[in-house]
Amino acid sequence: MDLTLTESEAAFRDEARDWFAKNHPGETPRGDEKVEFEFRRSWQKTLHDGGWAGLSWPAEFGGRGASLIEQTLFNEEMGAADAPLPANVLGLVMGGPVVIAHGDEAQKERYLEPILSAEEIWCQGFSEPESGSDLASLKTRAVKSDGGWKITGQKVWTTYAHEAKWCMLLARTDQDAPKHQGITYFLLDMDQAEVEVRPLRQITGEAEFNEIFLEEAFVPDENIVGEVGAGWSVAITTLMFERAGLGALAVVGLGRAYEELLKLIAERDVGSDPSVRERMAKLKIGLEAMRLGAMRTLTATMKTGIPGPEASLGKWEWAVLNQEMTDLATEILGVDGLKSDEEWTYRFLRSRANSIEGGTTEVLKNIVAERVLGLPRLR
Amino acid sequence: MNFDLTEDQREIKDVARQFLESRCKLDDVRKAADAGSYDEGLWKEICELGWPGIATPEADGGQGLGMVELATICEELGYACAPVPFMGSVIDSLVIAAGGSDEQRARWLPNLATGEVRGAAVMVDSSPWVAIDTEGATVVVTPDSKGVGRVGEASELEIVPLDLIDKTRSYGEVASTDGFGEELPPEHYQGVLKSQVALSAEMLGLAQRAMEMAVDYARDREQFGRPIGAYQAVSHRCAEMLYAVEETRSLVYYAAWCADAEPETLPLAAAMAKAQASEASWSVVSSSLQVHGGIGFTWEHDLQFLLKRARTDGRLLGTPKQERARVADLVGV
Repeated sequence: MDLTLTESEAAFRDEARDWFAKNHPGETPRGDEKVEFEFRRSWQKTLHDGGWAGLSWPAEFGGRGASLIEQTLFNEEMGAADAPLPANVLGLVMGGPVVIAHGDEAQKERYLEPILSAEEIWCQGFSEPESGSDLASLKTRAVKSDGGWKITGQKVWTTYAHEAKWCMLLARTDQDAPKHQGITYFLLDMDQAEVEVRPLRQITGEAEFNEIFLEEAFVPDENIVGEVGAGWSVAITTLMFERAGLGALAVVGLGRAYEELLKLIAERDVGSDPSVRERMAKLKIGLEAMRLGAMRTLTATMKTGIPGPEASLGKWEWAVLNQEMTDLATEILGVDGLKSDEEWTYRFLRSRANSIEGGTTEVLKNIVAERVLGLPRLR
Repeated sequence: MNFDLTEDQREIKDVARQFLESRCKLDDVRKAADAGSYDEGLWKEICELGWPGIATPEADGGQGLGMVELATICEELGYACAPVPFMGSVIDSLVIAAGGSDEQRARWLPNLATGEVRGAAVMVDSSPWVAIDTEGATVVVTPDSKGVGRVGEASELEIVPLDLIDKTRSYGEVASTDGFGEELPPEHYQGVLKSQVALSAEMLGLAQRAMEMAVDYARDREQFGRPIGAYQAVSHRCAEMLYAVEETRSLVYYAAWCADAEPETLPLAAAMAKAQASEASWSVVSSSLQVHGGIGFTWEHDLQFLLKRARTDGRLLGTPKQERARVADLVGV
């Protein structure tokens, strides 16, 4: 057990820190979503030119071949520099890795470079109105047609659908197979009339997500990732990459928010309130447990290759901590914590989704109970 | 960077688990608890294995290993709920090694490391002051976070036996240590922090065992025609136990590593570990009792030993509330 950085890890961190200091794009423009998105697209180009996009991807596919520890260090530096997220997050952490793991040579050739450069944005079409936690019950259907498939159905909670060129889409190709087996993983071209995108307004007032309506949208055969009918297992790896890739970033984000909360407590002079002190101590303990748990997961993943189900604990912890932190902040703010234009109020409302998005806490508990503890399934 | 036990550390832990599985079953714990005494045969073997001196410097007659190694032993002793006077001797060793004079070290540490001498420790953070592992103790230290500690012969201190719920070790009450023994300078406090880590590691083991018992029971016990572990009210409770246990594991081993490698971060790390282990071990044992239902509430069931020791450990060397107050101070709230 050794939590200090090796010489090469420290050198990598210093290189990243140095790079951020020289290349930080400045304050992200707020207000106009389109302007903000283009700002982040251009920031991703800068990252790509510097060789930092696709950090985890093997060098032969244009990535940096960084170890998981290096990815974590990079994300920590990105957080410390308060740098914006690249535009094509889903392409980088899910789309690329899934094409690399399950795609054929032509797909790798076709898709990877534009993901890195943010020329083509990716989105994810998994959830449906009737299929949330029970994702495998999805109903969007693909019917064989000449040279490809015609897909009809509805997807929901799709981030960046209005900016995206490609959608990682799960659709049912076999109506008669058991529900996990009749699903296929498609790459859908969003640029066609049969695809309609509508923004989905959320309780914060903004529309981060979209609904997608598909009416016989066409996907050619060569846009299937993995085998026909094998979409479920392809999707599962994608979800695991999502949880592993975003974990380190989440730790950094929470750490920064905690620092801001300390400042708020000083400004509002509530640092002597025993309940505030108690809650802040509990939060610190939780944050440290999550940071250290991420390091343990990292160490284990380095040994075994893929993140294990225990990575689910990190997502669960994150939701608990972010909700509690924003709850405490808005409580300290009093009526100011109810104001629509207060940043903490926005975060407070936004955090309500944390225990739902990317796997509800209840589903994560099922995963832990069944796959880590070996308890029987209810089904 | 690598957050995992080394092969040697894993080996120490595995050997401890195997040894205690064969030598210290819960039946043996019950026998000792019923008799109100330690398992002397087990203690003798543990001393022969050198466990009491595992983290004592070689120059002082110990094995010269670190806090991570000690934590693995404490975790396994907690997992077994072993009725041996280990913790008192370890606390004394850690405190004397951190703050004792050459003379004090020479007088006590080699004998504590071999088990020749047993140590009791007075916890001055509790009210009244509670001494642990008093039975048969020759040496006592009274660590004090605020300044000086004291070390001396057990026979020179008035210790009134205390009947606590945990029957797997002996306890006493101490009204005053005025004029007792010899002073230990403030440096001994580093040993107090390490003792918190050791006790937290024991609670980690207790929680791990209570969780495993709950999971085993939830798999086997059937009601309404299926194992109760298939119901989410039960399985989610078990998942929450794992959450608590794994957070504790991270914080305990981190604190142990800090003690060896980054002593300047130990005050915060030890406070976090102790607060977490105290709170989590109690929540896990009490939740395990709930999963067991009525059977878990009976005297015949072994869960009571884990439950009572976890409850007691959690009140000693800093309660969750006291430790969280320290955390708040240290992060600058």
